[in-house]
Amino acid sequence: MIRSSAAEMAAKLVTGEVTSVALTQAHLDRIASVDADVHAFLHVDTEGALAQAAAIDAKRAKGEKLSPLAGVPLALKDVMAQKGIPTTCGSKILEGWRPPYDSTVVANLKKNDIVILGKTNMDEFAMGSSTENSAYGPTHNPWDLTRIPGGSGGGSSAALAAFEAPLAIGTDTGGSIRQPAAVTGTVGVKPTYGGVSRYGLVAFSSSLDQAGPCARTVLDAALLHEAIAGHDPKDSTSIKAPVPQVVAAAKSGDVKGMKIGVVKELNGDGYQAGVRARFEESLELLAKAGAEIVEVSAPNFEYALAAYYLIAPSECSSNLARFDAMRYGLRVGDVDGAAAESVMNLTREVGFGKEVKRRIILGTYALSSGYYDAYYGSAQKVRTLITQDFTNAFTKADVLVSPTCPTTAFKIGEKANDPLAMYLNDIATIPVNMAGIGGMSLPSGLADEDGLPVGFQIMSPVMKDERMYSVGAALEAALLSKWGAPLLDKAPIMGGSK
Amino acid sequence: MSSLSRDDVAKLAGLARIEMSEEELVALSNEFTVILDAVARVQEVAGADVEATSHPLPLRNVFRTDVVVPSLTPEEALSGAPAQEEQRFRVPQILGEE
Repeated sequence: MIRSSAAEMAAKLVTGEVTSVALTQAHLDRIASVDADVHAFLHVDTEGALAQAAAIDAKRAKGEKLSPLAGVPLALKDVMAQKGIPTTCGSKILEGWRPPYDSTVVANLKKNDIVILGKTNMDEFAMGSSTENSAYGPTHNPWDLTRIPGGSGGGSSAALAAFEAPLAIGTDTGGSIRQPAAVTGTVGVKPTYGGVSRYGLVAFSSSLDQAGPCARTVLDAALLHEAIAGHDPKDSTSIKAPVPQVVAAAKSGDVKGMKIGVVKELNGDGYQAGVRARFEESLELLAKAGAEIVEVSAPNFEYALAAYYLIAPSECSSNLARFDAMRYGLRVGDVDGAAAESVMNLTREVGFGKEVKRRIILGTYALSSGYYDAYYGSAQKVRTLITQDFTNAFTKADVLVSPTCPTTAFKIGEKANDPLAMYLNDIATIPVNMAGIGGMSLPSGLADEDGLPVGFQIMSPVMKDERMYSVGAALEAALLSKWGAPLLDKAPIMGGSK
Repeated sequence: MSSLSRDDVAKLAGLARIEMSEEELVALSNEFTVILDAVARVQEVAGADVEATSHPLPLRNVFRTDVVVPSLTPEEALSGAPAQEEQRFRVPQILGEE
């Protein structure tokens, strides 16, 4: 039962073949049997999830009209505020904090009767590509427990790949939904910036952060996308326009006559051979499905990584100033007569991890008088150039594609002491955030050299998210008929149960 | 080549309100030599003729009607406070230092 897609689970809930309580319990059992090895969850809300499921079953029994995913369980990235439930953002500075309100994403999940199982692990404040920066220890990739599940949303991607949940919420600032999806053989979507409300999402880099759906199939991601998206008066940057029809696109999967642009700069040197092979194979399948493959160039993408590592730290140095030990979270050194400034300094020393401190200092430097123009100002100009590259490319193609990441999952600890090597993981995902467009990663197979999952990235213009779902669904169908079974069937069986 | 000395990092840490050990200051100053070289590449293409983008959406002055809606109770707002007194956040001494 836990290996089905969310859509299949929803169908069984409708026919009464299974109840939400039974489905939720099955996932809680699965978490209990495998999460000691995977460590996808920071908090499991057993009572809350079962109570929510029972309430949904009761509504259904009364004949109430329910939403498409009603009764299906979900794992929530710990960056999202959920009323009364511990929300740490992977940081010691928020240990024990229970938000007094729901984020809009959580409110939408509850409105759609999606059962929230618990909170998933992440790099502290979403800064990282491996989930090794969590203050609560790393998450392990279900394909190989010695490897990283991606980051920052490694808990969400690992929970999906280990069948601990059929759906999950992620947030993507530079690739934190798509890169974890790629390295775990799952699907992850970063919607258009402003497509999903940021209210109650602990801010890292406000002009880049975007919440989105994580799932095991393209249709499941689309169903979750429509459940959480839409304009929100509580987020002044949320787009006041109808939600793109992503479910219809995922159901049709029609790419006939569509132009698919291969981004020349996001391939080649630095990309693992098996990653390139799976990418080429996917292109052939899309051509066979009726799409036209064209090549496009985005000459300024090579500067995206540098610009990102100025813009994101700058915004983070400002956003994280709120953790001042005064209103919530950790407070250290509040002894008699201690000054507020010293309490702040001591609290932030103990409460923040190494990478968070590194980025706050970098951001403080990039924004400081005398260096602002050379660093932050120049990075903002690069942002303009990247957006122009996308605009030009979208005149030649309906969607753009690339491998999601240059490599498959690396070993835990392998890059932990080399920040620049770690940052390179996001080289193909970052341009999307800079321009605020949509991006999806879906599994394209396993690399021959290491047998690990490879991600295929699809990028669509602002508020044309349905296009990436059409292409994703077409590719998923073609790959499924080639493989004969979902990719995750090839992953090691964990916990001894199906 | 850009670089940051141990003292530069100490100054930045002070501005960012983070206490740092001697080892951390030295380690960060070494790392920054490499990181700053990498990020300084943005200057290669950031000509005077290129406009800056601070945000992906062309939004300005988003307004809403001024309607009173329910908000957090004082108890809820104070629920995460490290210390409180008389329905207020109790904070360490701010004035009168030195």
